[in-house]
Amino acid sequence: MNVLRYFARSPAAMFGLVLLGCIIGFALFADVLYPKNPLGLAGRPLQWPDLTSRFLLGTDASGRDIAAQLVHGARTTLIMAGVSTVIAIAIGIVIGAIAGFYGGWVDNLLMRITEAFQTLPNFILLLVLVVVVGSTMTSVTLAIGVVSWPPVARLTRAEFLSLRSREFVQACRAIGLRNRWIIFREILPNALPPIIVYGSVVMALAILLESSLAFLELSDPNVASWGNLIGHGRKVLRSEWYVAAIPGGAILLTILAVNLVGQGLNDALNPRLRNR
Amino acid sequence: MTTLAKIQDLSIALPKNADREFAVENLSVDIHKGEIVCVVGESGSGKSMTASALMGLLPDELTVTSGRIMLGDLNILQQSEQQMRRIRGPRIGMIFQEPMTALNPLRTAGDQIAEMFRAHTDLKPDQQKFRALDLLKEVGIPDPELAYRAYPHELSGGQRQRVMIAMALALEPEILIADEPTTALDVTVQAQILELIRTIQQRSGMGVLFITHDFSVVSEIADRVIVMQHGSIVESGNARDVLENPQHSYTKTLIAAVPGLIPPPPRDLSRQVVAEVSSLSKTYRTGGGVFGRARRVTHAVRDANFTLTEGATVGIVGESGSGKSTLARCIVRLQSSDAGQVMFGDVDFAALQGRSLRENRHLVQMIFQDPYGSLNPRRTVGDLVTQGLVARGMKYSDALAKGQELFALVGLDPTVMDRMPHQFSGGQRQRVGIARALALEPRLLIADEAVSALDVSVQAQVLDLLVDLRDRLSLSILFITHDLRVAAQVCDRIIIMQRGEIVEQGLTADVFANPSHPYTRSLLASVPGAA
Repeated sequence: MNVLRYFARSPAAMFGLVLLGCIIGFALFADVLYPKNPLGLAGRPLQWPDLTSRFLLGTDASGRDIAAQLVHGARTTLIMAGVSTVIAIAIGIVIGAIAGFYGGWVDNLLMRITEAFQTLPNFILLLVLVVVVGSTMTSVTLAIGVVSWPPVARLTRAEFLSLRSREFVQACRAIGLRNRWIIFREILPNALPPIIVYGSVVMALAILLESSLAFLELSDPNVASWGNLIGHGRKVLRSEWYVAAIPGGAILLTILAVNLVGQGLNDALNPRLRNR
Repeated sequence: MTTLAKIQDLSIALPKNADREFAVENLSVDIHKGEIVCVVGESGSGKSMTASALMGLLPDELTVTSGRIMLGDLNILQQSEQQMRRIRGPRIGMIFQEPMTALNPLRTAGDQIAEMFRAHTDLKPDQQKFRALDLLKEVGIPDPELAYRAYPHELSGGQRQRVMIAMALALEPEILIADEPTTALDVTVQAQILELIRTIQQRSGMGVLFITHDFSVVSEIADRVIVMQHGSIVESGNARDVLENPQHSYTKTLIAAVPGLIPPPPRDLSRQVVAEVSSLSKTYRTGGGVFGRARRVTHAVRDANFTLTEGATVGIVGESGSGKSTLARCIVRLQSSDAGQVMFGDVDFAALQGRSLRENRHLVQMIFQDPYGSLNPRRTVGDLVTQGLVARGMKYSDALAKGQELFALVGLDPTVMDRMPHQFSGGQRQRVGIARALALEPRLLIADEAVSALDVSVQAQVLDLLVDLRDRLSLSILFITHDLRVAAQVCDRIIIMQRGEIVEQGLTADVFANPSHPYTRSLLASVPGAA
């Protein structure tokens, strides 16, 4: 409860939370706001945004309503980012926790694997995965999760390294608890705050990765997503720039919101920063 | 007698949400030339705040609400940060509790002493070095040239504290503030440092403000004593008067809480053997590898042999690095030993592995040193005490009932079981730790410096509890400590360790009365207040 109170005290964090709340709201009510298929033909192509007409944010090169795609895209983007973040954090925690807790050759092996992932630029790895597995939304989400875990693993490992030698962990070993219990029920809750905070960074990166894929037309073309919208706008970037700029703005705001929330959580969860 | 500094009616307010209004309230202290004033109190008594105020180093959250601190005719509280810089060093020197963290690890000891001259005088570099070497000689470092070039981690704790003292003395201040300067040191080193402070003070005629929690240190060094409790002075006066004839009840409690150095006569002990430790050894190997330095082999514990009997307390006493904690951790199997046995009946606890080790863990349990670090901050104390039982397959409701019994047994109210560790004081946390250790009904209880982190009055209560539990549950207790006074009072038998080896063992009363090993004799001679 204290955490919430400290969180609420920061104006930037609250602004981020409200912004994120609005985006989630649009995503939830997408079907109410725009019940028709957002990828269906809606009107004359390339109409400029006009608050008085039927198309608030105009139409794209194929005559699809940008506002409808934006709202439905919010849903896709948030689900994709959320799921891939959960995947990345889950893999990262398991690998980092095991490496940090056991140390020795286990740590060596797992960290060399992690480094192998880190030495490849993760976007290149993502491209390879998507090309091999195919570009449906599910595979794109999984692929983003799979390329984003190494920093989480390193962070978890560092936390575990410092926590495992603490007396309360030794006390657990002395009363004969199993390692599995000690790792997940005793150490992990203490290691979690920085990992949760880093989750917001992973989420922002996931949104960017998906947009980058879509920009290269490698994301799922059958789903309304912000990245796809930008990809379509690329061809008309010099004349009808709004087609790419509007979803670009949406991505900017979402990442800003996620980062502000993450920063607020960091300050609230870190007791040393609380009294600043 | 010249008065160097006068603290008059000083009150320092704590932030609003603190547990009391003032850190220090209406405090008046004079520091005279050539005199050592000891400020004594338990944690939270405001003694360190007094020193910080004198240095002008109060934390930002605290504000001085009344009073003044006069150094000569300057009021320290009204000096700007720039003016204070000309006072700290040349006029007031300070030494801290932890010499490792107070020195910059990236610069040599000599360089850090010379820096005092660089910052405050216009001596040339070669003169700075000359003076720094002189100081190192003065504080009695064996090889000053070598120490001048050494980095802090290359010096021992006592040598680091000597370097700190050299820095504080560099500009010949009128006043030296020493904030618990020997608390982190071993007894033999502590005795040397106290001696050093005393000699230097007599030679230079400085005034010394010596802050400590330990009345036995006071009796070694103080000319005048000030006893503080909850931010106010409860008693002050000539050291001998206060020590021999304390007036205030709090002073009496504090003095009475210092355990005596003469052990009580031996009790009749049961001959029922709980555990037999034979030729237990542990060796650390560091370095090696292809490019590394030569392999270093440290014999942390070498060939330890002793017997633990029912209802008896065996003390292991030694200085840091003597291997006493390693020995304890090998017995409780937080570390594995290289050789030797720990026999409980016909079970060799030192040889168990995996599942059979887990199932026999209940034989020996441990109480840890740090009451803050040894409890998981994210679990309720009830959980902490009962989880060992639950993990061994006991039903949660049964474990809870047992937990309530244990809480009552260690003198805690069973209704507090759903609170978090941070809601308890240090002494209460240590009781939770004891309850957790007792939950599995061990036959051997190991207490590793279990009372070292506690205030003296709390320390006495926890020791009483341990003795009481030992008698009621006929436990065998292995009591690890660096404090000979505590050992004298609670241990039936005592084991003295030095550099991994047991140099002497026997009945406590015998060892204290007729120490046979020279190391034991030097330990006993170094205990403060022994004379």
